[in-house]
Amino acid sequence: MTGVTYNWDFSFLWMYRWLLLKGIGFTVLYTVGSIIFGLILGLLVGVLRLSKSWFVNLPLIAYIEAFRCTPLLVQIIWFYYAFPVLVGLDMPAVVAGMLVLSLYTGAFYAEIFRGGVISMERGQWDAARAIGMRYVQVLRRVILPQAVKRMIAPFINQSIIQLKNTSLVSTIAVSELLYQGQLITSATYRPLETYTTVALIYFAILFPLTLGAQVVERRLQKSN
Amino acid sequence: MATAEPMIEINDLWKAFGALQVLKGISLDVPGGSAVALIGPSGAGKSTLLRCINLLEQPDRGRVRVGDQTIDCAGAKLPDDKQLAGFRARTGMVFQLFNLFPHMTAVENVSAGPRFVKKMQPNEAKDMAMAFLAKVGLADKANAYPSHLSGGQQQRVAIARALAMSPEVILFDEVTSALDPELVGEVLEVIRELAEEGMTMVLVTHEMVFAHEVATSVAFMSDGAIVEMGPPSEVMVRPQNSRTQAFLARFHSFTRTFAAVGS
Repeated sequence: MTGVTYNWDFSFLWMYRWLLLKGIGFTVLYTVGSIIFGLILGLLVGVLRLSKSWFVNLPLIAYIEAFRCTPLLVQIIWFYYAFPVLVGLDMPAVVAGMLVLSLYTGAFYAEIFRGGVISMERGQWDAARAIGMRYVQVLRRVILPQAVKRMIAPFINQSIIQLKNTSLVSTIAVSELLYQGQLITSATYRPLETYTTVALIYFAILFPLTLGAQVVERRLQKSN
Repeated sequence: MATAEPMIEINDLWKAFGALQVLKGISLDVPGGSAVALIGPSGAGKSTLLRCINLLEQPDRGRVRVGDQTIDCAGAKLPDDKQLAGFRARTGMVFQLFNLFPHMTAVENVSAGPRFVKKMQPNEAKDMAMAFLAKVGLADKANAYPSHLSGGQQQRVAIARALAMSPEVILFDEVTSALDPELVGEVLEVIRELAEEGMTMVLVTHEMVFAHEVATSVAFMSDGAIVEMGPPSEVMVRPQNSRTQAFLARFHSFTRTFAAVGS
């Protein structure tokens, strides 16, 4: 005989449906919230990163690389436990979670934004400047309308990853989907069914989004 | 008639890219209504000189005057964004690779300058743009995107875009070099018309026959300096400098043609 026979039974989870639903709600909230805050931050940092001044660039590069070159899990734990000690103010887990997720994804958005802008041909800058446009006009009228197209695909990819990233804030007891799964597991001692269900829920949310992203990407390619 | 005061005046212009000294003290006067052709081997600094005239490149040293606007590059302080934009708004430029804005139609490309730089009303700017498209023979392509136009048509739209700013001078940077041979003619035709109307222009070109025909004077550049300058009938047919002679010898079939015609 190999293995043990395990009687899979998902029916008990029905009792916990509201808990799971609340978890989904938090996961979506954290995803959407951190995408919005991250986008604002990323646009700001991305624009400033175009500056030629080292004085402006150095702190921004430090921020971007700090968040890109350390694991998100470490950042979450550090911000929840170490950061409050450092600055001497208490931060609830829900705030720390949103803060770190936004800072993290903002660093990636900033690079996507900057990459889109600097990928534009120099000739576009030349032509716009030659008719007398000022720097901000060149960006607004000529560079950004074209660069945005190049940013959309990486932006969607990063945002999809971001939804999965939210599961990491379960470590600081933010009651998103994975954390709810952990709660249910400790109450029922049935981790197999619970985590299988949690995984399926993530998949059910992300798979359609991924398909949608592919459609958008194809359309963008056609329009070029 | 050329007035006493030239339209473009360049004094002792220097430009280096890193260790490479590209322009070595260029001085050049372009009288109003004249067409100056810059010829010479690649790497001589022709395009850099052209890009310094509208300050797309910042000269390291020297003075550039176009019309009544002077930019002095002697000091450490560079002119600011606003000053540069104002300077360029009155100096048209047409590029080798057209550089049309691909997300705008032909008419939007042409009206972009009047609308966004001169703050003209959209309708007014559009009417004006249509008139310039008609001038370059492309009124029927007004709503086409650049990707649906041939190279020759794109370049004519680019010329209309420069004209729409009512520039005092137009700079042409090898504008036919990227075109299929059969499309070169239509672009040169438009430039020829502008020259006949008295538009002041500076052209970097490898079209020797065209330069001979349209330019009021030809400047031969080599190694960052203007080596020889004068009417095409002299510089191109009886060059005095040995470097000019060597360069033109490569087009010898052509020089012979003009020597024959000239005699």
